[in-house]
Amino acid sequence: MSLKDMIRRHISGWMNMDGPESDVVLSSRVRLARNLKGRKFPNRASEAENLEALAEIEQVARGLIESGSLLLRGARWVRVDQLQPIDRQILVEKHLVSPQFVQEPANRGVLLSADETVSTMANEEDHLRIQTIHAGLRLGDALDLASQIDDMFEASLDYEYSERLGYITSCPTNVGTGMRASVMLHLPALAMTNRLSGVVQAVSRVGMAVRGLYGEGTESVGNILQLSNQVSLGCSEEEISDNLSSLTRQLIDQERSTREALARDLRRQLEDRVHRAYGTLTNARILSSQEAIGLLSDVKLGIDLGMLGGLDSSVFTELLILTRPAHLQKFIGRELTPEERDVCRADLVRERFRIDGLKE
Amino acid sequence: MLCEECKSRPASVHVTKIVNNQKVQQYLCKECARAKWEDMGFFMQPHLSVQSLLSGLLSGMEGTQVGTSASAQLTCRSCGLPFSEFTRTGFLGCGECYNQFNDELRPIYKRIHGDYEHKGKVPVRAGGRAHVTRKIDMLRKELQECVAREDYERAAELRDRIRALQEELASSDGNGGS
Repeated sequence: MSLKDMIRRHISGWMNMDGPESDVVLSSRVRLARNLKGRKFPNRASEAENLEALAEIEQVARGLIESGSLLLRGARWVRVDQLQPIDRQILVEKHLVSPQFVQEPANRGVLLSADETVSTMANEEDHLRIQTIHAGLRLGDALDLASQIDDMFEASLDYEYSERLGYITSCPTNVGTGMRASVMLHLPALAMTNRLSGVVQAVSRVGMAVRGLYGEGTESVGNILQLSNQVSLGCSEEEISDNLSSLTRQLIDQERSTREALARDLRRQLEDRVHRAYGTLTNARILSSQEAIGLLSDVKLGIDLGMLGGLDSSVFTELLILTRPAHLQKFIGRELTPEERDVCRADLVRERFRIDGLKE
Repeated sequence: MLCEECKSRPASVHVTKIVNNQKVQQYLCKECARAKWEDMGFFMQPHLSVQSLLSGLLSGMEGTQVGTSASAQLTCRSCGLPFSEFTRTGFLGCGECYNQFNDELRPIYKRIHGDYEHKGKVPVRAGGRAHVTRKIDMLRKELQECVAREDYERAAELRDRIRALQEELASSDGNGGS
């Protein structure tokens, strides 16, 4: 497969860095958890019961796809156990499903919209997990879209709902709105000035959670942090989205003013770092995933500060995803050892920069 | 009490970890806690999932309602989930668990969410009473507007509809509506 084909096929809508505040905010996501009335939650249900729930959801999902709704034009329904293991991993790397979801593929399905802005998992921790993801800071839009998809499902499915507790979820940390809103932030200047741990502390004090690039249990790489709400009960969906947006705006301001200070006071050093990163990425023959992400983070900062003219910052999110192991193997068309992956990663990165190179 | 790690500074942070169902408790000073925290991959704890947080929270509540031996014996009558399994995994088994374990769960809502009342979206079909109440509010507003512009015919119509909806609500109260 050529790299252009790979990009065309494997780049979801959210990876085009065309959203608001995209110098700091990579993406905005909203997830709504819903369960079917009178059914045991997937973790507790027998295999037969899970298959029944899946069939019920699949029928509704297929109906929605065929209904011709604009939101789901060109959408597809996929049974996870019918996917090749590599294609399951691809969905995880693109943030469309959770890692836990594909670990046990039986009796699980996912509805994916054509541009992959909407993904709805069936039989994850909850019967339904409706997710929407947009580029940049657009939590309100992500919430509106998720809520519309939710209404479409609810028109045919009876949800477990209590007037007092709201939407009933398998884990009481999600009960109420069943909503988790999250933003993925690129904070290289705060990281360089050793202020990220302060951010983490401040953020957790206001009831938000901080995670690394791939959600729960993943470490922070590439100066990328995910912020999300922890409270789902006692406040409305709009309040959750507004609170996280305003917290995000504060972090954007801090990151930007730190970038400006660095670019003013340490311009040469910063340019040196950015251009070295670019030099390594465009010349290296072996690149580990850790090294690649670190260098890409420097290059993205350089692009955002106007130090790398001619480069589009979508290179960053694209390569962030395309250099993950499953994507690399898909690109090459066979399984790769970790050593082979590092070579392929370097090849792919060089080729990507050749397509969209620096103009000096 | 001195920090268990450096044994010199006073301990000010209490860390509870659940490792393979074994509770490990440590008393650390701020510095050591921070070093440990950063050890685990910058500042991300690799195993800090919502579930482990929740079970940490539950195990820290011994002596309160959640930790009593009586609640440990509870089992959901609908799906058969023992409450003790919930305290281990953080997952409930079915919607009915929320009713069966209500007394045990309330302090958890308070600690995680700070509240126990849903204030968000109401589903159309499953919403039931909440939808009726919302509808009544809307009709009342419309009724006031009708009165203001002296459209008494429409106002009477609205008044009857509101009355019917209120009766519907009252009868569902009588049935103990959920």
